[in-house]
This record gives sequence, C-alpha cells and structure tokens, in this order.
Amino acid sequence: MPITPTHYMLLSAALFIIGVIGVMVRRNIIIIFMSIELILNAVNINLVAFSSQQHNVIGQVFAVFVIAVAAAEAAVGLGIILAFYRNKESVNIDEMNLMRW
Amino acid sequence: MIDQFVIPLLKILIVLNATLVGVTYMVLLERKVIAWAQSRLGPMRVGPYGVLQPVADAIKLMLKEDITPTKADRWVFTVAPIISMVPALIVYAVIPFGPVVRLFGRDVSLYITDINVGLLYIVSVASVGVYGIILAGYASNSKFPLLSSLRASAQLISYEVAVTLTLVSVILMSGSLSMVSIVDSQYNARVWFAFVQPVAFVIFFIGGLAETNRAPFDLPEAEQELTGGFHTEYSGMRFALFFLAEYANMIVVSSVATTLFFGGWLRPFPNVAALHFLDVLPSWTWFLLKSFVFLYIFIWVRATLPRYRYDQLMRLGWKVLIPLAIANLVVTGIVKVMLF
Amino acid sequence: MAEAITFYTIAACILGFAALVVTTKDTVHSVLFLVLDFLFVAALYVMLGAQFLAAIQILVYAGGIVVLYLFVVMLVNLKRAPEAHQDPHRLSKLGFGLACAVLIELGVIIVSGYMKAPPAALAAPAVLPVSGNTEQVGWLLYTSYLIPFEIASMLLLVAMIGAIVLAKREL
Repeated sequence: MPITPTHYMLLSAALFIIGVIGVMVRRNIIIIFMSIELILNAVNINLVAFSSQQHNVIGQVFAVFVIAVAAAEAAVGLGIILAFYRNKESVNIDEMNLMRW
Repeated sequence: MIDQFVIPLLKILIVLNATLVGVTYMVLLERKVIAWAQSRLGPMRVGPYGVLQPVADAIKLMLKEDITPTKADRWVFTVAPIISMVPALIVYAVIPFGPVVRLFGRDVSLYITDINVGLLYIVSVASVGVYGIILAGYASNSKFPLLSSLRASAQLISYEVAVTLTLVSVILMSGSLSMVSIVDSQYNARVWFAFVQPVAFVIFFIGGLAETNRAPFDLPEAEQELTGGFHTEYSGMRFALFFLAEYANMIVVSSVATTLFFGGWLRPFPNVAALHFLDVLPSWTWFLLKSFVFLYIFIWVRATLPRYRYDQLMRLGWKVLIPLAIANLVVTGIVKVMLF
Repeated sequence: MAEAITFYTIAACILGFAALVVTTKDTVHSVLFLVLDFLFVAALYVMLGAQFLAAIQILVYAGGIVVLYLFVVMLVNLKRAPEAHQDPHRLSKLGFGLACAVLIELGVIIVSGYMKAPPAALAAPAVLPVSGNTEQVGWLLYTSYLIPFEIASMLLLVAMIGAIVLAKREL
C-alpha cells in the first residue's frame, strides 16, 4: 500500500494524543512541557505531509514558524519553572497553587 | 549496484579508518609539537623517535579497568562517550576531499556524499555533540563533573552561535549550502573565501577552538580545574573515546575551515594556467595539506597561550564574537547587494 | 515497498519513544527519549523531501530546546520524587480513557474522510523562480511571508529577554 498523507495524518493524530495524555496524566511540570513539545511536533508532521502532497513549500514555512514559537515558549516556560522552583522547591504541578487557598 | 552500494561503503571504510588512525597519531603529534615548543623531545622511547607511542597508548587504555561509580546511571554513563564520538565521525560524510576523478575506469567522487544542506548538516550534528558532555557530567553522580559539564556545555552552546553566524556569511558568498558547491564557487570566484571574509575566518577559528574545548578555552577539562572536568570518573576505553572525540572534532573543524575558507581541494591560484606544474600533487593532497596546517596551528596555540578564565571566556563569546559576526554578516550582505 | 518499510519503522520508533517520554519515571531518561524522538521526526522530514526543515529540526529542537530542558532538569535536582503527592481531585484514568476515545474518533474521521474523495490540489503550486528545497523555503520566507518572519524574530527577542529576567536571582 503506498504511503498516502492519510498515514501521516494518523501518525500525527497518535503523536498528538500521546502528548495530550502526557499533559493530563503526569504531575512533573517538566514532563508536561515536554509533552507540549510532542504536540507541536505532531502538528509539524501534519503540515509537512500536506506540503509534500501539494508540492508547495508553504507547509514547511509554517512549520519553521511553529519551531520558532516552540523555542520561545520553551525558554520562557523553563524560566518560569526555575523561578517557581527557587521559591517553593517543588516541580509538582499539584503544588503550584500559590494563588489559591 | 556497485556504484550504489560498494563504492560508498568503500569510501566510508577508508574515511573511518583514516580518521581513527589520524586521531590516534594526533595525540603523538600534539605531544611532540608541544615538547619541541618547550625545548624538549617528547616521547622517544617506544619505537624510533616515539612513533609507536600511540599504539602503546591504545593498548594501555584498552586493558585498563573500566570503573563505573556506584549510584551512577549505568545506561547514561555508558552512552555518553558514544554520543560524544558519533557526531565527530558522521560529519565526514559530507566533507569533500576532492572532485570527481577517474579511478580504475570509473568516475569516482572523492567525497562520500554531497547533500544540498551539507553545511547545515554539519552545524546540526555538532550541536547534538553537546549531549555527550552534559550526560557525562550528570551520569557521574559527583559534584565536580556535574559543574564542569554544565560549564563546558554552556561554553559550547555560546560559541556555536558565533560560528553559525560566520558560516552564514560564507553561505552568502557562495549561494549554496552544499560543501562541494562552496568549493566550486571559490573556483569560480578565483579567490579563496579567507581573503574575502577574513573576519569570518578568524571568528570561525576562535569559535572552533572553543567548540572543541581546546586551549586557551579548555577550562572544562583542564586537570588543574575542577579535578579533571567532566571525564573525571571515566577510565579505560570510555576515557579514550572522549579524547578521540575531541581530536576527531579538531580534525573536523580543520577540514571545514579548509573547505569553506581555503578552497578545499583547489591548489593555490587554481585559475592561473601558468602554475599548472602544481597539479602534480593530486587534489586530495592539497586538502590534507591545508587541514594539517590548521591542526598544527591548533597545537601551536595550545603550546603558546594561557588559559582563559570562565567569565573571560563567556564575555569573549557573547560580547565580542557574536556582535562581530553579526556586523560581518550585515556588511557582507550590503556589499553583495550593492556591488554584485 | 522500501518506502513503506521505512515509514512504518520510523513511525513505530516515533510513537514508541513518545510513549516512553510520557511514562518514564526518571526525568533525565525522559529527556533523552525526547531527543531520540526528535531525531526520528527529522528522518521523517527527510523522507518527505523537506531537507531544510529536517536540519532545522535537529539544530533547533534536538540541539537547542532539549538541551535547555536538560539544563533545567539538572538544575532542579530533586531529592524526593516529584510525583509523590497524588492529588485526590485529579481524575487521571478518566483523562486517559477520554484521550483514547478522541484518538479513535480522529482515526475514524481521517480514514473515512480520505476514503471518500481523493483531495484535489487546493491551490496551483506556486511556481517559484528558484529550485531546491532550501532555496524555495528561503524565497517564500523573504518575499511572501516577510512580515511573519520579522514578527517571529521579535517574538524570539522578547522571549530571550523575558527568560533572562525570569531566571535572575534578584530582579
């Protein structure tokens, strides 16, 4: 069976759902951030698959922007984690409830 | 069939073997050159003039006991030297040693492959090599290696930015990312890029010194600092792998500098027909000769300059090299648009 | 045939390592599996003919972002396991079940949607004056999509300054 974009979309959906499960089930905030990176990669796979099907590199340009945004988000998110860890000594997301009592 | 599988396999075997032998003899070369710079003779006992010293070193390291610290992460401890070594070796897939020549009745290209994003491949593989250092320090489960590995990796990723910016200037000059077409564009432009982009070359060389953890930027692995750096807990063959990786990286930086800035396999003044007698030396010999000059300069710099302190090192990388590289890129862009 | 084998192998590795990322207890191992995952995704991009994007994926994602994660994991060097407290209000199993249901739904939608009508080319592929993957991406980035490119660079600058300020010891 030739590899159609359907295969890539199914792969992308599966990777997306694995990322979503990671975000929902794990409590370590660094693993949650890494699952978000998995979600972004799933979207990138989808974009590049369509770009190759349509013979138009627009999908790859979009994927480059997704990577740039993911880099920015990772930097800022990890900065927040470090600042929080310095105050509370924990990376358990269930304990990150400073604004609630 | 032969063209697709056998010839590339042969090329890979030749390049790998040459690299590993070259790396082993680099150790001897370094000891000899530093000794001569210090008015002494270096290894002289093993073999005539110490020529068999690397063989003795290799046997010693292979027979040494492989110690793994308790409570160290076993898998990561084992895999870290491998992660350090592999990027240094796979970069050779895109380095062109010569053009297409006629050998045994076939047209054989003197490079393993030529991908159209060759330079980007080299940079990305080099950035994966940082993991070996970080994981080595972490897996040793000991304070000094951890601190030293974090310092070393911070140094590596800082100088990576400056080096990548200089490579972009070269790409602007040549118009392509493929290594072979960069050499071809130096042939067409009748000038080696080192003369057109001297600032980029100097920044690339200094960045290359820092990327390979060589003096004067070898703070992370000096014996007097942090008791030996990130490979303190390693012994035997794993330690050998780290050092082989460092020397292999040195050869890679020399080869890339040769290809990008000094014409790769081109003889001096390749377009001047009067110097045709220089063609008696085959193209790959010119390449090896030029790379060797850079390797010698690496060792020469180690024997001459004192070590940078860590804050001086970071200041140099961020506050001097990166602005210079950006300025060079801007000037190159402006000149290229206005004059060509 | 060879393409199918390559695709299935790479896809199995991507999904396998992603599952390992999400389930491993040790954070450093999780980060290492993430690096491997990204390398396989880059291989997938090469299979799809996006060589520039594959190199960018290795350079930026595997060689930059995950190194950042590894640094933070080592700086946050915890003595007790971070997942020791189980919040009783968290319904992990329900979330897992719902996610699997969504996956099955997505699969059904995708497969049935493609079975019905093979998609026609949405827009005529734009004929760019350059050939070669990197050159085409560069052309689009610098002509049609110049403004998003500039905005992305400003975003990265702002993120850089923000990360430096957030991670300082005293503001």
